[in-house]
Amino acid sequence: MAELRDLYQQVILDHNRSPRNFREIPDATTTVEGTNPLCGDEIRLYVLFDGDVIRDIAFQGSGCAISQASASLMTSAVKGMTRTEADELFRAFHHMVTAGPDVVPDTKALGKLAALAGVRQFPARVKCANLAWHTLHGALSDSGDSVSTE
Amino acid sequence: MQQRIAAPTVTHRPVLDVARIRADFPLLSRPMNGRQLAYLDNAATSQKPQAVIDALSRYYAEENANIHRGVYELSQQATLAYERARGAVQRLVNAGDPHEIVFTRGATESINLVACAYGNAHFAEGDEIVLSVMEHHSNIVPWQLVAERTGARLRVIPMSDAGVLDLEAYGNLFTSRTKLVAVVHVSNSLGTINPIKEMVATAHDHGVPVLVDGAQAVPHMPVDVRDLGCDFYAMSGHKMFGPTGIGALYGTTSMLEAMPPYQGGGEMIHTVRFEGTTYAPLPAKFEAGTPHIAGAIGLGAAVDYLHALPWEWIHGHEADLLAYATARLQDVPGLRIVGTAPEKASVISFVIDGVHAHDIGTILDQEGVAIRTGHHCTQPVMERLGVPATARASFAFYNTRDEVDALVAGLGKVHEVFG
Repeated sequence: MAELRDLYQQVILDHNRSPRNFREIPDATTTVEGTNPLCGDEIRLYVLFDGDVIRDIAFQGSGCAISQASASLMTSAVKGMTRTEADELFRAFHHMVTAGPDVVPDTKALGKLAALAGVRQFPARVKCANLAWHTLHGALSDSGDSVSTE
Repeated sequence: MQQRIAAPTVTHRPVLDVARIRADFPLLSRPMNGRQLAYLDNAATSQKPQAVIDALSRYYAEENANIHRGVYELSQQATLAYERARGAVQRLVNAGDPHEIVFTRGATESINLVACAYGNAHFAEGDEIVLSVMEHHSNIVPWQLVAERTGARLRVIPMSDAGVLDLEAYGNLFTSRTKLVAVVHVSNSLGTINPIKEMVATAHDHGVPVLVDGAQAVPHMPVDVRDLGCDFYAMSGHKMFGPTGIGALYGTTSMLEAMPPYQGGGEMIHTVRFEGTTYAPLPAKFEAGTPHIAGAIGLGAAVDYLHALPWEWIHGHEADLLAYATARLQDVPGLRIVGTAPEKASVISFVIDGVHAHDIGTILDQEGVAIRTGHHCTQPVMERLGVPATARASFAFYNTRDEVDALVAGLGKVHEVFG
């Protein structure tokens, strides 16, 4: 049986209660909207690039604890990274949340993000954790101004 | 602090044994996440009695043949069973004639049928279609599509914070351009029961026909389409204890006859020539292709099952569950009920301070309690009430007070996790 405390770890509850980087960046280089049409979760991601480097990143929106904590943790993790580094982290995160439950998360690469590994036991909630990351992926690839998890 | 909502008065005490009724629904006894399942998502879909499951399997094992075309005995038996199901639906909603019941894939297709066949033929640039703000997306989007095609536009009936339609504003929406009213009988996200008979009378005073989305009403209350006076009534099979993929549209003979076909194909024709085709009489005109024969027969079995239960008992039992759950939920710290109309079906939407509906849903699932979370395909309702999503418990006649207790205990767990 899936364990609730694996999903709702302290670090997730903390980032949900007081999300980091929850604000607008008025002079953002890129602003991308992400939505999860089935459940209505929404995120607006602001990225300020300095050349190839993410100098500032922030988000606004509404959603469940998992989507809010994931966006908060993600913005904290990728701030200061280059596009390539952020893209590598996107891949590592995506691998973690879609891997089998027995795969041990690479805590060295993922750091605090490993707290979200618990969603693997809750297939209906993987999308919640992914929303911010798919939105970031859209911002990195400049593929458009809106991203959907569907 | 939210004002306490008066619990609806219970006038009928349950007389039937719910345990015996539950035994008719095999799924209700399955465990979930190590506990007894409490299935409280009946507004999304209902569970099926053994009689419906048996009807489906008997059809495929003993009666399967295409209908309305074989001269052989087996085809005639299948045709008879299919048409018997139509008769059952006709009697359930008191339609005047079996040909006023058209089998569809569900309430959504019933609405799309009218939007396409009636709308394309009768709407023009500048015409108006009146909907309410509490419609399910399935009673919004088909009208938007026909509005795009024809140049018609939508007018929206507003509602109060409690989730009651503003009938004065409704009356004022009618103009010489109003061509149709499409309104929900029972709101799937708020539980509000709308005064359909009165609303139909208002529309008819202006010479405007009315389509009613009855998907959430038919499983909970006796529906008499002739008493309501509506021109169309859309039904969903799977929400009334029947199979998925089958539903029905009631339409008055005169309205159905005045409409061109919805889809073309076999079954719906009289004669086909390349110079021109003539169409079959009702209801075949609207049932192109081989229909969902097994589904219709299963729906007929569901209607027979419903007929065997007295409506007074269903009403009394569901009113008791609604009153009990309303009272118990209001004692949960931080919980607010969304949708507090005086006339409600057994549906309770709620939000909890600081906890998103999806988190509530996941935690309740671990406790074996199945509820729906999200916008319930009614995004305009969520926007109107300023909530991103709600959690929703919706009851059927087979639910029990024990299951309400399991819901409340599960919400205690939510409080434990989120503090």
